[in-house]
Amino acid sequence: MLKTLLIGIKDVKLAFRDRAAIIFMLLAPFLLTLGMGLVTGRFSGSSSSGISDIPVVIVNLDDGELAETLVDIFYSEGLADLVEPSLGTSPEAARQMVEEDKVAAAIIIPGGFTASIIPPSEMGMIVYVGPREIEIYANPTRPTSAGIIKSIVDEYLSRVEEGTVSGQTSIFQLIRSGRISQQDAEAAGQAMGERLQNTAGSEQLAITLNSSTADGEEIEFDVLAYLAPGMALMFLMYTVSYGGRSILAEKAQGTLPRLLVSPTNSTQILGGKVFGIYLTGVTQMLILIGATSLLFQLKWGDTLGVVLLVFAAVFGATGWGMIITALARTPAQVGSVGSAIMLIFGILGGSFISLDQMPTYIQTISRITPNSWALDGFTTLALGGTLSNLSTPITALLTMGGVLFLASVLLFGKKNLVQK
Amino acid sequence: MPNILEVDNLVKHYGDFAAVKGITFDIKEGEIFSLLGPNGAGKTTTISMLSTLYAPTSGDATVAGHSVTKAPMDVRNAIGVVPQDLALYEDLSARENLLFWGQMYGLSGSTLKNRVEEVLGQIGLVDKAKDRVKTYSGGMKRRVNIGVGLLHKPKLLFMDEPTVGIDPQSRRAILDTVKDLNKQGMTVLYTTHYMEEAEELSHRVGIIDHGELIAIGTQKELTRQVGETETLILHIGENEDPEALISAFKGIDGVLEANAINHEISVITHSAADVMAPVVTKANERGIKIHSIDIREPNLEAVFLHLTGRALRD
Repeated sequence: MLKTLLIGIKDVKLAFRDRAAIIFMLLAPFLLTLGMGLVTGRFSGSSSSGISDIPVVIVNLDDGELAETLVDIFYSEGLADLVEPSLGTSPEAARQMVEEDKVAAAIIIPGGFTASIIPPSEMGMIVYVGPREIEIYANPTRPTSAGIIKSIVDEYLSRVEEGTVSGQTSIFQLIRSGRISQQDAEAAGQAMGERLQNTAGSEQLAITLNSSTADGEEIEFDVLAYLAPGMALMFLMYTVSYGGRSILAEKAQGTLPRLLVSPTNSTQILGGKVFGIYLTGVTQMLILIGATSLLFQLKWGDTLGVVLLVFAAVFGATGWGMIITALARTPAQVGSVGSAIMLIFGILGGSFISLDQMPTYIQTISRITPNSWALDGFTTLALGGTLSNLSTPITALLTMGGVLFLASVLLFGKKNLVQK
Repeated sequence: MPNILEVDNLVKHYGDFAAVKGITFDIKEGEIFSLLGPNGAGKTTTISMLSTLYAPTSGDATVAGHSVTKAPMDVRNAIGVVPQDLALYEDLSARENLLFWGQMYGLSGSTLKNRVEEVLGQIGLVDKAKDRVKTYSGGMKRRVNIGVGLLHKPKLLFMDEPTVGIDPQSRRAILDTVKDLNKQGMTVLYTTHYMEEAEELSHRVGIIDHGELIAIGTQKELTRQVGETETLILHIGENEDPEALISAFKGIDGVLEANAINHEISVITHSAADVMAPVVTKANERGIKIHSIDIREPNLEAVFLHLTGRALRD
């Protein structure tokens, strides 16, 4: 066990003395995070949040209650820091404002929107209006802000739909059971519509700008809290492939044969190399977290959650490093494949584009990457979650690492580390 | 003295290729035994089997009573290995390398620290101990490479061509180190393709070629195989063709063998004085100018030539 630790510590020392490795492990993710912070305006202004006061114009062509409710939501106190709404009268003018980059999005509520959901009655007859869609005209140069506006509207609409479906179901059941007559169905529907309006207009949306830590402190959403982990996780894949490459490099440079003729068995040697990869990855992540916390005042969230998530993420990533090494023949092969994997996992895992904006099948595929699971966890923590909210990502990462490690051990067993 | 190494019919095949074809020899405690042979003779493969890096295809060997096939871990504790290629971590300093390798050999604490300082003194690198190995010259790296093999005070030290590719000064230092170690009681198995090294260092020599041990014994025993002979060494010009002379020399009475390496012709004879005049005459007849002539006593080069018909070095 001691020799395993000693070999691992030696490898960490060597990794942090390799200038090229330092650039990829620490400098590149740090500078990319800094760059993204500058691009998103994270470092300008007094606010620590990069997303606030999103300008949005709302054109309400409907005269119904549901449309009014949506407008009220945007003017509510809960979203006061996040959005800066204004009312427009013309859809064309609103779209023009988007094109002139004056707003992040225009919300155009069509006439008849409320009626399409809560049908009015005329002369005792229920009048069905037909579906009406809310248009969100998004500014392509502000994808994050526009995405947030869309999310608010989507959340509202999902509540409306939920209420509508439950309302319709209830009325049909009441009629079928004979509890109400068809003539009474209208009144019952109107009553349900009012309740729907109240529910949909509830201030408790899924998207909340403010949440509290366990200490009761308020946490503000910080775009860097998404970008920084994304970059760190992407370059973590470089680290694990670098470590894996060192196994084959030691074979080429003669130190592995020398280890094998010392009173140190293969299990200790391989275990030591794996431990070295793991320790290097954990050290890298903790340095990046520490540096961004200190220099960018980035709040990563619950400390215990962050640390344990780092341990799990590095474990998952180390599994990938080992499997790449087990399949490769030369250090150069590990290097090339590792670099490719680093980029692919970075893209798939959400380091550049939020997974929510990707097609569903891509989101499914992304689950093979440690990046996507870990990023879920870091985002949860940044939004105020604690360790108890991390069971899924941590379990997934540990399982991933365990399976890949076992597979790599089997492959190493078949592969001669030295010619025998 | 008892045997510290006993090799019994070691064989190593790589597919159809037989790298070592069944060698048997012993090394006594306290001696320097050289395995002398050209490149590709099987020296490194033999050392690799004895150091437990490779498993023999058949045969066995015992080191300090431990079998290389049945008790490899005990063998590893008893041996030190100085591989032919440098096996060091270049981004660590000499001291850090020695500390790490000492830990791999089970040393720790003050024992390890003291031993590291001792070895640094032995290899003459105390002043440069803090510098990273990648800043060292080739000779200095070789010395650290040797130092690693000495840390745990092994009973038997394997040195696989430790002077390849280094400057004469460093080479001299290494040879002196080997002799010093032996004076302190270290048993050494030294492989080389340099006859001079084998002659200078060894108590006994084993000559290996194409995976077979073709001769073994003290230098006197080996040179006696070629009889009471002397060797005339003729140095000719770079533009001259030595082959034309060799067949002519072989026809001279008293010449036993003639061979050329580059522009140096070796003529083996019982009496150099008797054949010198006819040899010079033959050269003059063919218009070949001889720059100088040396007379050498029988050596291992001659033994190898006698046994294989080939020069030790290409």
